[in-house]
Amino acid sequence: MAAVFTPGLQVTEKGVIQKDRRLPLEGEVTVSMGEMVTAETVVARTELPGKIYPINVANQLGVDAGRLKSLMTKTAGDKVTEGEIIATSPGFFGLFKSEATSIVTGTIESVSGVTGQVIFQADPVPVEMDAYINGRVVEVIPSEGCVIQSNATFIQGIFGLGGEARGEITMVAKAPSQIVTESDITEDCKGKVLVGGAYLSVSALKRAVEVGASAFVTGGFDYDEIKDLLGYEVGVAITGGEDLGLTLIVTEGFGEIQMAPATFKLLKAKAGMMASVNGATQIRAGVMRPEVVVTFDEASAPTEIVKPPEPVGIQIGDKVRGIRAPYFGLLGTLKSLPNEPTVLDSESKARVMEVTFEDGTEAIVPRANVEAIKG
Amino acid sequence: MSDTTKNNSTIRSVLATDCGSTTTKAILIEKVGDTWRQTWRGEAPTTVEAPFEDVTNGVVNAATEIQELSGRRLVNDDGTIRTPERGENDGVDIYISTSSAGGGLQLVVGGVVRSMTAESATRAALGAGAIVMDTFATNDKRPAHEQIERIRQLRPDMILLAGGIDGGTEKHVISLAERIKAARPRTRLGGGFNLPVIFAGNQEVKEDIKDLLGDVSDLQVVDNVRPVMENENLGPARDKIHDLFMEHVMAQAPGYDKLMGWADAPIMPTPGAVGLIMQTIAKERDINILGVDIGGATTDVFSVFDEAFNRTVSANLGMSYSVSNVLAEAGLPAILRWVPFQINEKQLRNRIGNKMIRPTTIPQSLEELKIEQAIAREALRLAFIQHKEFAVALRGVQQERTIADAFRQTSGGNSLVKMMELDLLIGSGGVLSHAPRRIQSMRMMIDAFSPEGITELAVDSIFMMPHLGVLSTVKKEAATEVFEKDCIVYLGTCIAPVGPMKPGPVVRVAWTADSGTVSEEISDMALKRWELPEAEISITVTPLQSTLDVGAGIGKPIVKTIKAGVVGVIVDTRGRPDIQLPEDQAIRVPLLKSWVKALDEYPLSETEEVK
Repeated sequence: MAAVFTPGLQVTEKGVIQKDRRLPLEGEVTVSMGEMVTAETVVARTELPGKIYPINVANQLGVDAGRLKSLMTKTAGDKVTEGEIIATSPGFFGLFKSEATSIVTGTIESVSGVTGQVIFQADPVPVEMDAYINGRVVEVIPSEGCVIQSNATFIQGIFGLGGEARGEITMVAKAPSQIVTESDITEDCKGKVLVGGAYLSVSALKRAVEVGASAFVTGGFDYDEIKDLLGYEVGVAITGGEDLGLTLIVTEGFGEIQMAPATFKLLKAKAGMMASVNGATQIRAGVMRPEVVVTFDEASAPTEIVKPPEPVGIQIGDKVRGIRAPYFGLLGTLKSLPNEPTVLDSESKARVMEVTFEDGTEAIVPRANVEAIKG
Repeated sequence: MSDTTKNNSTIRSVLATDCGSTTTKAILIEKVGDTWRQTWRGEAPTTVEAPFEDVTNGVVNAATEIQELSGRRLVNDDGTIRTPERGENDGVDIYISTSSAGGGLQLVVGGVVRSMTAESATRAALGAGAIVMDTFATNDKRPAHEQIERIRQLRPDMILLAGGIDGGTEKHVISLAERIKAARPRTRLGGGFNLPVIFAGNQEVKEDIKDLLGDVSDLQVVDNVRPVMENENLGPARDKIHDLFMEHVMAQAPGYDKLMGWADAPIMPTPGAVGLIMQTIAKERDINILGVDIGGATTDVFSVFDEAFNRTVSANLGMSYSVSNVLAEAGLPAILRWVPFQINEKQLRNRIGNKMIRPTTIPQSLEELKIEQAIAREALRLAFIQHKEFAVALRGVQQERTIADAFRQTSGGNSLVKMMELDLLIGSGGVLSHAPRRIQSMRMMIDAFSPEGITELAVDSIFMMPHLGVLSTVKKEAATEVFEKDCIVYLGTCIAPVGPMKPGPVVRVAWTADSGTVSEEISDMALKRWELPEAEISITVTPLQSTLDVGAGIGKPIVKTIKAGVVGVIVDTRGRPDIQLPEDQAIRVPLLKSWVKALDEYPLSETEEVK
């Protein structure tokens, strides 16, 4: 029988996780194999190349491109400072001399005898990369970065905004079904990773930004508020670089939807502990989901590389949740997996599963409209 | 590739898959007696998402579904595709595949003049099935440093550089190469090799280009895409893109190394395969054709008008990954105007957002289906607008214009897409191929493309054009037979008068067939459908207003033999070139409902039935 490969988000109380920490460009790795690091440890650094400025110096001097190289006082690879003379033209019998100067402080990349173009590169911009999580370095990728491994609680969300952040987990909601409003956010939320329930109002989110919260984890959020917050619509779910003022992680979906009880319970159990979070989401080409990571005691960080378990499909008796109307957000148990395609209310024919929901009702749901959940 | 491939002439069974961005679709094609037929199909979510980051999982699942339904063993115990056929119901002779998973093939294109060589290069890239991430030219509005910054950021799968006709400008082409060199672009999927750059420009400077880019890229030099101003030569660049797609892009996507080992023919980019089929139909039937393939992430539009083939890809218009972008680009009112019931706007936005983040879900309720089909209309409409703007005659060529041209008012500039001259409109992709009722597909295409005059419509029955495109490279006769017998479903014919319209009777349609005689006048703002048992009928359409054209010229009647198809004949008097819908929801929704009823588009709800 075919396995039912239904995508599900990971909610793991204790597992071994690995994080690739790679520089955007080659650079220097500052940690060594086996070293214990904290989230703030700088593990690699590099210099991002400066901006490129092509200038047609032959035109500036009023000479043919073919003569340019012989008139250059600086050549490819030379360092230059802004305003420094890089080429001079002899003029006519010593008159009408002209000169060209560098427009940036940096390096001359190339001089073209065909186009007369000189390409300048501004000085590089230094970049440092931290470890993001506490753990042990289990692999060093020369010149690129390293892999950090840790025992951790790992929770994936469905959609996020904003990049990496850290803070102490603080429960704002008392129950996974709670709607968080502005009045739930206090000055104490500064620097914290806040956990809400079924819905976060936009005014509450704005208040969290105002008090300086580090991140907000919520079950649901309104899709149309994103446009108001960012000033543009997120048309394709490729996020992580937004400047929202905090990192937002939506665990269940858009609208009002109760946070999965297992997710809420686990976050509650971790209240008071430091978490690393990342809102970066990419649902197309190399899927990436937002995450909350809470590492265990550093000393217990494993040294052996543990492979993730082989994927298995959903089986009868497993807990599932509807992920599309009319059963969006409802929790239930997989009752059966009929083999034959079934005609739905929309008159579409699809492979389905029979689900018993928590209130005891049973329904036929397309297999594509259900996800596996843990706990 | 599999080393167990049978001799081509002895092939009797084929398993073909298309690994889409959302779903992997598998079909089984078998020789039944003396004819080739598509017999079974299966599908499964595409598995490029963790924890199943291996595209072959989705392929095996889709094949397993066929195995369960057909009783033919297709998957070996070790989870590989069972080739060749070992006996009755045991294995298949060959396995082939297309792919657009993982974002498809992404290119950056460069040329000297944006509307000339850069446009030719773009056409070559699109024709090869690529998504063009950006086009840079010496005359685009960005300064060079911004272009360089952009090339750095984009991380394409490859760059196609054109520029200059042979013997033409040298300096500008070299200048473009200098920009690429300065950017030092890297590949999207990483890896330790250089980014492929295809040079298809002025051949006089190929040595200079080699000097500049030879060390910093995997440079490939092919013939010029625009060797002279009057002609394009897109074939060599297109073929090279296909080769590099296999060697570089496919080889690095999760699980593709395995998939390439299983496949008995090179894996083609999905749009490349569909384009191949579209061109074959236009050529064999000598007609003008417009095709669309609407996917989860992108929508492709293909056209062949007077033998000129064009393809565009709207990279961010699709029904799942890109569904929110349809909302962003079209706007909520544009989508709502097609929804035949009242709905809370916030709720609708959330539903669309949820489809984006859980792209593999399908509409279970009727309400969800109607919303999805409303969004599809807008995705198709926007993709078509982009296509019309791109499918133009070669620019830079001196055109001879007659007095008649000077007096003809055209809104589409020099677009090759002329809706009044269109013979056949074909739809493909999940939302069109899998619509529960065929009338829904026909209506979506009519609303989105606004066909003019008399136009035949068809749909890919279960979305198998990509499969047949790649099959045609291995076994052409099988692809052709299956296309006619199992793939294409003739929906019927749309009749739409064009021109300013007054209230009252607009056209008279009349025909006599075995099923009876019809002579009926249709008023403005109406949709009227006739279901006919005949395959073809001879129809007379007479404009009843002197401003209207139905294909024979303004005010003139036309007699034509048309295909009735599975849906029948639809007369659409809602206005052309653009369909006019009332802005006031209180007026529009009842009107939409009346059309739904007139066309038998959706099952009526209990309350609607009582009315």
